[in-house]
Amino acid sequence: MRFTRTSKMLSVAAIAVLSLSACGGGSSESGTSEGTTDAVIVVDGSEPQNPLIPTSTNEVGGGAILDLIFAGLVSYDAHGASQNEMAESIETEDAQNYTIKLKEGKTFTNGDPVTASSFVDAWNYGAAAKNAQLSSYFFESIEGYDEASAEGSTVETMSGLTVVDDLTFTVKLSQPESDWPLRLGYSAFFPLPAVAFEDPAAFGENPIGNGPYKFASEGAWQHNQQIELVPNDEYEGPQAAQNAGVTFKIYQNDTTAYQDLISDNLDVLKTIPTSDIKNFKNDLGERSIESPYAGNQTIAIPYYLPNWEGEAGKLRRQAISMAINREEITEVIFNNGRTPAKDFTAPVLEGFSEDLPGSENLDYNPEKAKQLWADAEKIAPYDESQPLTIGYNADKGDHKTWVEAVVNNIKNNLGIDVAGKPYATFKEARTEATEETLTGALRAGWQADYPSLYNFLGPIYATGAGSNDARYSNPEFDQQLTDGLAASSVEEGNEAMNKAQEQLLEDLPAIPLWYQVAQGGWSNNVDNVEFGWNGVPLYYAITGK
Amino acid sequence: MAWYIVRRFLQLIPVFLGATLLVYFLVFSLPGDATAAICGERGCTPAVVAGLREQYNLDQPFWIQYLLYLKGVLTFDLGTNFSGRPIATIIAEVFPTTAKLAVMALVIEAVFGIVFGLVAGLRKGKIFDSSVLVLSLIVIAVPIFVLGFLMQFLIGVKLQWTNPTVSGDATFAELLLPAVVLGLVSFAYVLRLTRTSIIENVNADYVRTATAKGLSRRRVVVVHVLRNSLIPVVTFLGADLGALMGGAIVTEGIFNVNGVGNTLYRAVLNGDGPMVVSIVTFLILIFCLANLLVDLLYAWLDPRIRYA
Repeated sequence: MRFTRTSKMLSVAAIAVLSLSACGGGSSESGTSEGTTDAVIVVDGSEPQNPLIPTSTNEVGGGAILDLIFAGLVSYDAHGASQNEMAESIETEDAQNYTIKLKEGKTFTNGDPVTASSFVDAWNYGAAAKNAQLSSYFFESIEGYDEASAEGSTVETMSGLTVVDDLTFTVKLSQPESDWPLRLGYSAFFPLPAVAFEDPAAFGENPIGNGPYKFASEGAWQHNQQIELVPNDEYEGPQAAQNAGVTFKIYQNDTTAYQDLISDNLDVLKTIPTSDIKNFKNDLGERSIESPYAGNQTIAIPYYLPNWEGEAGKLRRQAISMAINREEITEVIFNNGRTPAKDFTAPVLEGFSEDLPGSENLDYNPEKAKQLWADAEKIAPYDESQPLTIGYNADKGDHKTWVEAVVNNIKNNLGIDVAGKPYATFKEARTEATEETLTGALRAGWQADYPSLYNFLGPIYATGAGSNDARYSNPEFDQQLTDGLAASSVEEGNEAMNKAQEQLLEDLPAIPLWYQVAQGGWSNNVDNVEFGWNGVPLYYAITGK
Repeated sequence: MAWYIVRRFLQLIPVFLGATLLVYFLVFSLPGDATAAICGERGCTPAVVAGLREQYNLDQPFWIQYLLYLKGVLTFDLGTNFSGRPIATIIAEVFPTTAKLAVMALVIEAVFGIVFGLVAGLRKGKIFDSSVLVLSLIVIAVPIFVLGFLMQFLIGVKLQWTNPTVSGDATFAELLLPAVVLGLVSFAYVLRLTRTSIIENVNADYVRTATAKGLSRRRVVVVHVLRNSLIPVVTFLGADLGALMGGAIVTEGIFNVNGVGNTLYRAVLNGDGPMVVSIVTFLILIFCLANLLVDLLYAWLDPRIRYA
């Protein structure tokens, strides 16, 4: 008995060492000490809003679970670099036709092999309009998406996906996109076993995946209470579990979770509540972390508002941007839990540059702001009867404080009438944005789905894009985006994306405010806590003490 | 008596119809499109929005939506919420926890409130009476979330006598702290009601008669004074039970109790019409039943009251 147990532990430890060295010297502040792998880690979570099907999950609560119980073609390491999971190779010559080969011998936890069809079927299911999957737009680049996803369409497959053999399939995109392989680690692209399509709702309650973890048992998802995951022994790959399980305890609010954290009833908290931002470093000391991640906060002023159109609108946007003292707000209000924005993307991404031409438009410069505003007045007088408002939703996240700080900045520096406009609920604000009935600016937070500059530009600022709240439309910018996607390498693509950003920095369809920094902490019971590029802790790497 | 109860039950039908109609209409009139909450920050494609609207009957006019809902209720099918889970299952999950919490809070406030009120009333103007009155005033004056966070921090985090939050099992031990917080405010009211009522009744004619008959003081106080003094207290407790069942949103939030209050709060934020209406309707029925119980208790407490 004793012997088996020891050898088991040895092998786990061996895997731990292997996977640590596989990270290739990834700098982690806490990744040096050794911990025990037999601890069950209790982390904070939020109730998944939908059945746990990759293509119908579009929020972080469900996303965190899916990322552990599924493995896609690739996954992202702590710094957002792609590493192969199920994929043996992803090859292309023209950035439009991809040949994907899978590793042999990979299985789902019910024993089914992971084959080319597991991916193709899951993607087709996700795109088909009749399944109304929330993340369907992730497949928009694939040829045949338009036919499958059109309203009322009965087409169930995308013509761009072809299964060659059990372990090979090809993908044809409708246009060349060099950053497409980067997206494949996002949950929408996860494979599904055949059983998923028989009864998706039931499958979503007890999902069967191929990732580093699996459900502890049928019904491990106790709604609004907790979700219990245990390591999947069949899994071999870069994300192998260093603990004996992860239990997501579901909290209704962060404040409550924080009380559990400081009394060691919770092991990891990924978001420190606003009320404790000022004292969490004192409370937790070594057990706290501030880690930048791929997210930002902006305010978008719609072009359909008369005061904000044309050349005058552009000057006014620049004036507003320069009237905001980002340094001060991030320091005073967020206690340095945000960093002032220098562009439209986020600093953890490959290709990020903080001194793009035009980034001075994001510097605090009240004199220049006044002058720009005066210049705008000469072109078209500002209609004082429609003063600027900055809209935010009051139901989730604490936006009121910073919106008021921004409002005061603008008021004091430009001498115009500005006010914060709270929306009671998130959906109310979203509805106005979708129906183009906003009467003022609206705040927007963007968190990357996959580590790529394009993810911060295309979906928000391209003409007609889904999240283009400002209804910005600039053919030159659109062209630069298309060029960037068509670039033959990711590096060239990034260069083109930054070129496109220069256009944005001049037009300011949205005013970038700051980048997000994950502020989290952990208990006395765990070790090796590190946050990834997307602000989510690397749960698999956490060990007991 | 039986006929009285039947009549009261029949009254529930129009109450049910009126309440569901009103609440459904209120949720329907909330600004914002419900699919926007489902789709989140990134939004969905128009085809997906159309699919969702069809799935939840959001594309139908108000009357059709309401009648479809009513039809579902009458066939014992409450439908699903916007996460695709059966509403009946959700209510069955969260209701027992809230009921447990509510009953515990009710017992705490009733027992302590009545005992303290009785003693204070009998010793009107003495030191015990005055200090209890000041104490209850403080409890009433302090907002419940302050009490909640304070007790959670002191007892849960600093002293570690209990976990600061309630786990999924919601055991009695875990629920004790939130129940005390929940019961505290009502405890102050019960105390004050009992005290006033006792003071009024202590000098009533029938009490003097009972004393003159030579009954022991104990019997006079318990059977004659207290029993008759409890009518306003029971009225209050009955209404309070209804309110407690409705879930103390603040207290449940602080202690992370997976109860009716939290569920309702989330449903309102998401504009989850069927969910909100189902919970509220359920609560209204409980409220009506609690009131019926109170009315029946009157007759038991005060022999002068009879129902026919």
